[in-house]
Amino acid sequence: MLNLEIDGKAVQVAPGSTVMDAAQQLGIHVPHFCYHKKLSIAANCRMCLVQVEKAPKPLPACATPAAEGMKAWTHSELAVTAQKAVMEFLLVNHPLDCPICDQGGECQLQDLAVGYGPSASRYREAKRVVSHKSLGPLVSAEEMARCIQCTRCVRFGQEIAGAMELGMIGRGEHSEIVAFGGRSVDSELSGNMIDICPVGALTSKPFSYAARTWELSRRKSVSPHDALGSNLVVQVKNDRVMRVLPLENEAVNECWISDKDRFSYEALNGPERLTAPMIRQGGQWIAVDWQTALDFTAHALKDVTARHGGAALGTLVSPHATLEEMTLAARLTRALGSDNVDFRLRQADFRGDGQGEGIPWLGLPIADINDQDRVLVIGSFLRKDHPLIAQRLRQAAKKGAQVSMLHAVADDWLLPLAHSWITVPSLLPAALAGIVVAAARLAGAAVPAALAGVEPSERAQAIAASLASGQRKAILLGNLAEQHAEASQLLALAQALAGITGARFGCLSEAANSVGGHVAGALPQSGGLDARAMLENPRRAYLVLHAEPAFDCANPVAARAALDAAEFVAVLSPFRHGADYASVLLPVAPFTETAGSFVNCEGRAQRFNGVVKPLGETRPAWKLLRVLGSLLGLPGFDFATIDEVRASLPIQEAAIAGRLGNGTRVAITAPAAGAQGVERVADVPIHFADALVRRAPSLQQTADAAAPCARMNAATLQKLGVVAGADVRIRQGRGEAVLAAAVDAAVPDGAVRISAAHPSTSALEGLSGPIEITGA
Amino acid sequence: MSAPGGFLDYGPDAIIMAGLTGSNWRLADYVARGGYSALRKILTERIPPTTVIGEVKRSALRGRGGAGFPTGLKWSFMPQQYQGDKYLVCNSDEGEPGTFKDRDILRYNPHVLIEGMAIAAYAMGCGRGYNYIHGEIWETYERAEEAVAEAYAAGFLGTDILGSGFSFLLHNHHGYGAYICGEETALLESLEGKKGQPRFKPPFPASFGLYGKPTTINNTETFAAVPWIINHGGEAFLNLGRPNNGGTKLFSVSGDVARPGNFEVPLGTPFATLLDMAGGMRDGRKLKACIPGGSSMPVLPGDVMMQTDMDYDSIAKAGSMLGSGAVIVMNDTRCMVKSLLRLSYFYYEESCGQCTPCREGTGWLWRVVDRIEHGQGRADDIDLLLSVSDNIAGRTICALGDAAALPVKSFIRHFRDEFQHHIDHRQCLVPAYI
Repeated sequence: MLNLEIDGKAVQVAPGSTVMDAAQQLGIHVPHFCYHKKLSIAANCRMCLVQVEKAPKPLPACATPAAEGMKAWTHSELAVTAQKAVMEFLLVNHPLDCPICDQGGECQLQDLAVGYGPSASRYREAKRVVSHKSLGPLVSAEEMARCIQCTRCVRFGQEIAGAMELGMIGRGEHSEIVAFGGRSVDSELSGNMIDICPVGALTSKPFSYAARTWELSRRKSVSPHDALGSNLVVQVKNDRVMRVLPLENEAVNECWISDKDRFSYEALNGPERLTAPMIRQGGQWIAVDWQTALDFTAHALKDVTARHGGAALGTLVSPHATLEEMTLAARLTRALGSDNVDFRLRQADFRGDGQGEGIPWLGLPIADINDQDRVLVIGSFLRKDHPLIAQRLRQAAKKGAQVSMLHAVADDWLLPLAHSWITVPSLLPAALAGIVVAAARLAGAAVPAALAGVEPSERAQAIAASLASGQRKAILLGNLAEQHAEASQLLALAQALAGITGARFGCLSEAANSVGGHVAGALPQSGGLDARAMLENPRRAYLVLHAEPAFDCANPVAARAALDAAEFVAVLSPFRHGADYASVLLPVAPFTETAGSFVNCEGRAQRFNGVVKPLGETRPAWKLLRVLGSLLGLPGFDFATIDEVRASLPIQEAAIAGRLGNGTRVAITAPAAGAQGVERVADVPIHFADALVRRAPSLQQTADAAAPCARMNAATLQKLGVVAGADVRIRQGRGEAVLAAAVDAAVPDGAVRISAAHPSTSALEGLSGPIEITGA
Repeated sequence: MSAPGGFLDYGPDAIIMAGLTGSNWRLADYVARGGYSALRKILTERIPPTTVIGEVKRSALRGRGGAGFPTGLKWSFMPQQYQGDKYLVCNSDEGEPGTFKDRDILRYNPHVLIEGMAIAAYAMGCGRGYNYIHGEIWETYERAEEAVAEAYAAGFLGTDILGSGFSFLLHNHHGYGAYICGEETALLESLEGKKGQPRFKPPFPASFGLYGKPTTINNTETFAAVPWIINHGGEAFLNLGRPNNGGTKLFSVSGDVARPGNFEVPLGTPFATLLDMAGGMRDGRKLKACIPGGSSMPVLPGDVMMQTDMDYDSIAKAGSMLGSGAVIVMNDTRCMVKSLLRLSYFYYEESCGQCTPCREGTGWLWRVVDRIEHGQGRADDIDLLLSVSDNIAGRTICALGDAAALPVKSFIRHFRDEFQHHIDHRQCLVPAYI
């Protein structure tokens, strides 16, 4: 440790620290713009100049290494004179348009100008004019004259998002930030550039001129989207969510959030919100009061289960529902005599049920990802499904970790890969089996008996060799692996590989409450039907909580058929959908309008409160389920507060950690040969993954929300006799869709990438499996 | 040696540029002049690298690019035991207004540079070197390419040089004309294919240089002096000049002199002698002012200059710096406001824009000087110029900020009355008729 003195106060810092680090440790604020704790040091703004003993000139605190015995003064005359001079220079070309600037009130330049700037400028010449830039639907660069060239946005792109989408061109006063070739900024993390921009150059396009920061109240919340559970600050004005910002949590999202977390709020007040309970009567939807709707629902549920037995009821819960909602939905279903409840809507293989040792989870704390030496990610659309986990893996790779990819498409994860093995989905188990065998041979361990006939390829050996070295290792299964038709085999193989290599293994997990679904018991526990079975064996009645079966289920065709045929379907959703099959639509609160908890991929239960009043007649789903339970005269629904619901959770929050476990007793079987013909690879595009993002207008304008194409490589196009750009007819099971064909070298031979969760593809059956393609 | 007064007469005391005719630049000519004997001697006698560095230290050779840092000391910063690539870089990005000496070395005696670099590479254990030549002198770059090709063919570059087991691969690289790329870390960035912007130091190039590897960067003329030092000994080089100011120096004399050009004289030569070599003042006019070390250095009044000797310490004592050795001579017809305007515009245009004081300050300085020159000056403008200069100097990542500020301060210090006259009377103090 180094001992030094800042402003006369002694402080100890680790070698490699800077004067800025030492000052921050003491709680001394050194003014700065370009410095950001998560980004590399640029030392270009010069605002943090401080006085250092024996140095004739002031030195930038952010870039000056701390040294033993060093003495520095951050507010001495020399330092403050230099800081004031820099402030004057920064204002030379900065437009004084604070009154109409969206950054006003939360602007670092404005704040520091008050502290260090003069009341009038000595610069009386014309100011620089910088033309506005179009960076896409999320980030506004309409006022680039405000830019102070700190390059935080450039460094963010290079270092955090992984792609240098912005750069600084020109020299001297003519320097300006541009996107390369005038393109838009397409990173799934782009919104963070708005946060780190210290001035009003990059601002939020959806929030443009919507409110002033001081009019907004700041309320904590948790992201309802991916399984990371990013901590949020939701900003509210007049009971309306105006904006979402990250809440710093080093163990979870650090200081970042994905664009999905940031901009999905636009859906909260959108035109598709369901604001009153509605009942279908004679083919007409009529708005009713809650009493009528609840009586109707309770009566129908009682009626169906009385006539056909409890098993006639199936409950489909979205993995984005809260822990409390899931718990009560499962309890209601069971109390009505049914064990048919599930939240794993996109899962295809349930052979692992009852074979697991605990609740599937990430297998390691999120924060540990940055420190891994070796990582194998299996079947994951990593960047789009888990943007901030991809970011952490990027940091690990920067520190020297070998990250390997086993996947069905060669997605660019924007991080250096040690090995990449791309094969059609049906061959993923065989590929992983090869790696297991190669690793076993390297380690001198026993090869699982079923894999005796597997001869590992060179790639399998290379990946196994990578995993054989290093200290901290992880094997992570992504959404494609979890949704795979052989998901239970992939898990068993990953377990075997982890055992051989001494790695930890786990599931990246699909949604905000995928781990919570297990905690809540929202899955069959005593022989009930899982999500797939209760659609393939249609039920008489369904309860649909937050889910949109046409987009959220592995087989939307089967889902539609089952729902269409049901006598009674209750849809509990914040949005108006399911009108053609539902019997009753009950408006329930989205995450901003209810208290609840999500359990993220590392098993961390995060509670949140509603930040605004429910819209219209909307009610929190937990209250609704509680009332339904009471109306039906069922025991276990007598709650007055959310805390009472939490007290009745099957697994208390504190006990979750002890229940996590990815171990499986599923026996490894000899991997099957690949399927004949062409097979489908389906991703769930980032901005179609849940009901909220689907309805967020700005997100829907991004490149990530482009309509799906039938993407295949040139060889497959040729083999099928179709041309890129032309429409093709795709048949999968009973379903069929017409999409434009597109050439995509990232897709392996024999596979076609057709995104799911989109209206244009929801007539196709299943996220994988054989498909037929012909010219349309 | 060419005839005295001829195009390539660098002066009687020239050592680097001795015997040049303009066409005897090829390898055979250089070898005939005794070239590559120093490299051959080191490699055949297996002189230890530390001895070579010791000799350079003894010579008191100082960096000829402008900063004047002791070369031997710089070489000793390179980690000797470092496992891995080390790089040697020659800074031929001669962009300082008034400086045109390195171009002559590259055009007329390129092999002296190649030999000097090979020796330096041997002394520091560098396997690869780059010679960064600025973009506007394309034909010079082509000649350097030819010379390097000759040296490879003759076995003075490449692998296993002269059968010694020592290998050195030298490449020429041309820039695209940005002045800032003459700053050594900006040069490294540019060489790496990035935007030429200076790096913050520390870390210094000796520990984190080209591609993050230990790197030494020297000026062309510095390397060019090395073969003579090895052949004649550091002591002899030092004795050519003055203590702490060893050897000869090329001065690029330009401006209002009868015979502008490059002159290689021992350090410590009186300015008056150098002026005579350059044919004295053109048309016999009076010497008004002189910038002795390139446009970034403070200007000195003519009478001060005439009392000054041309070496690092003497010029520093007189209130300026030797810099790159570009001597810009101005006679009594020169308006100091207009002269400063030209300089200020240069720094405004060449600021890389990376750090705030330089990016915003150089434009501000230029605009204020511009309005003074054009009769729009305000009463407090001189104080404003001094204040803005003070606010830039010493607060930037590289020395360009200082380079922009120093001329402003020195022009005002020595010629304040001209600026005041421009402001008060909205016209030039220098009568139009002279």
